Amino acid sequence: MKSWIRQCSPYIAPLGLFLFFGLAWHLVVQWFDIPKIILPSPLSVLNALWVERWILLRASWVTLQAASAGLLCSAVLGSLIAVLFSQSAALRLALYPYVIFLQTVPIVAIAPLLIIWSGYNFRTIVLVAVIISIFPVISNVTSGLLSVNENLRDLFRMQSATRWQMLIKLRIPAAVSQLILGLRISSGLSVIGAIVAEFFVGNSGEYDGLGTIMTARQAQLKTAELMAALMACTVLGILLFALVNLMGATVLRRWTRTTGFESEK
Amino acid sequence: MGISLPTMNDRANESAAAFISCSNVVLDFQSRGVSQRVLSDLSLRVLSGQIVSLLGPSGCGKSTLLRVIAGLIDADSGRIEIRGQPISKTMPNATRDEISFVFQEPALLPWRTVWHNVMLPLEIRGLSKLKEKRDTIEHLLQVVGFKSSDWHKLPSQLSGGMKMRASIARAMSTNPKILLLDEPFAALDDMLRSKLNDLLLAISKEQKCTMLFVTHNIAEAIYLSDEIAVMSHGRIAECLKVPIPFPRESKMRSSNEFAAYYGVVSEALSRCHS
Repeated sequence: MKSWIRQCSPYIAPLGLFLFFGLAWHLVVQWFDIPKIILPSPLSVLNALWVERWILLRASWVTLQAASAGLLCSAVLGSLIAVLFSQSAALRLALYPYVIFLQTVPIVAIAPLLIIWSGYNFRTIVLVAVIISIFPVISNVTSGLLSVNENLRDLFRMQSATRWQMLIKLRIPAAVSQLILGLRISSGLSVIGAIVAEFFVGNSGEYDGLGTIMTARQAQLKTAELMAALMACTVLGILLFALVNLMGATVLRRWTRTTGFESEK
Repeated sequence: MGISLPTMNDRANESAAAFISCSNVVLDFQSRGVSQRVLSDLSLRVLSGQIVSLLGPSGCGKSTLLRVIAGLIDADSGRIEIRGQPISKTMPNATRDEISFVFQEPALLPWRTVWHNVMLPLEIRGLSKLKEKRDTIEHLLQVVGFKSSDWHKLPSQLSGGMKMRASIARAMSTNPKILLLDEPFAALDDMLRSKLNDLLLAISKEQKCTMLFVTHNIAEAIYLSDEIAVMSHGRIAECLKVPIPFPRESKMRSSNEFAAYYGVVSEALSRCHS
C-alpha cells in the first residue's frame, strides 16, 4: 500500500491542483452567473470537446502535419546553416545578425505578408513554422560545432586531419546533443508558428487546422468550443515535444549510455 | 614483464638517430594586450629511446613545451627539431606522423567504442582497412589490458583507468617514434598509477619509443625516467640523470637508493620554487 502511494506521489499534487482549479472555476461561473460567451463552465468545455471531437482530431492532424513539416525543415535547414557558420567566420559574422532577426521578428506581423507572397496554403503555414522555429536549431548547433573540446581538436590536428574529416568525424557527432536540445525548444515554437499562420490563412475554406477552427469559433461566439480547441492546441504542443524528446533520448542513449561500470582489476 | 608488442622492421635501423632537440626556444602568450613569457630561452635534448620527465611547479611551461614539440603551437623564436627535421605547425605530415600525444584527460570520443577510438588515428590517415593494422590494434588493446569483450564498449561504460589505457593504446596505434605525455595519470589513484607506469615502461622498451613525460609526481618521474628535467620560469633549470638501473620494478620504489634520489630531486624542485 505504502509503495503504491510513493509511486503515485509525484502525480497526486498536480492532479489535485487540477481538480481544485476545475472545481473553483465551476463554482465561480455558477455563483456569479457569468454568461457562457464570456466564460463557459468546465463542464460545457468538456461537452464541447466531446461534441467536436472529430473536427478537432482532424484539425489537430492537419496542424500536426504542418508543425512537424516545419520542425523537420528547421532541423535540416538550420543544421546546414550551422555547418556553414562553423566553417567560415566571415560568413558567420555577415549572416548572424539576420539570423537574430528571425528570432526577433514579430511573427504575427509578417504572417500576412508571407500569405501575399506564398498564398493561402499549406506551404505558407509550414514557412511560418520554419521561420519561428529555426533559430534555436541554428544557434545551438553552431555552438555545438564550434565548442568542441580542445584536446579532441588537437588530437585531430596531430593526425593531419583535413577540415572535412574534422567536420564529419568530430564536429558533427559532437553537435548532435546540441541539435536535440535545440529541437526540444523548436518543437513548441513550430506548433505556435503553425497555429498563428492558420489564424491568417484559415478563412480560405481550403484549409482546416486548429488555428482555423479557433478563428471560426471566435467569430461564432462559441467560447466553449474555442476553449476546447485551445485544449487541443496544448495537447498537440505537448505531443510534438514528447515525440522529439523520445527520438532524442533514443539517439542520445548511444552518447550517454551507462549500463555497467567496469572496475579496474 | 610478459608483455610484448609486434616488432616493426622499419624501426630497428632508425632508432639510433631519433632524438628531440630544442634550442633557445622563446614563446610569449598575449592576453588582453599583456605579453607573458611562457618559454624563455629553453634548450633541451632527448636521446633516442630515452624517457625524460619534465618536473616543475604549475605554470612553469611544461605543458606548453610539450605542445610546442607536438607542433600544436609555434614558438616565437628558437629551433625545435625531431631527428633534424624542424617542427612547426606547418611541418610536413611525414614528420607529424612520428609524434603522438597523450592528454591529461583520456580525450576519447564518447560516441565511439574503444575499438573505434583506438582505430581513429589510422582511420584519419586512411589505413584502417589494412589487415595488418587491425592486427596491430588487437594486439595493442591486449597489451594495455583490454579483454576482447571490452573492445566494443563505449567510453561511458569504462572506469577512469580503462579510459586512460584506451587513450595510450590510441597514441601507440600509429607506431610513433615519439610519445608526448601531459600528466596522463594525474587523476588516477596511486595503485593504478603505478600499474600504468609499468605499462609505459613495457611499451617504451618494446617499441623503442622516445618519451617526454610531464608530471607533478616526483616518485613517478624517478621510476619512469632516464633523465629528469626540472623546469622553472619557462626554462630547464636542472637536468638530473636517474642513477637507478633498468629494468625498473615496483619493489625498487621502496629501496634506499630510490628514497635517497627522491630527496635529491625534491631539493632541486624546491630550489626552483624559491
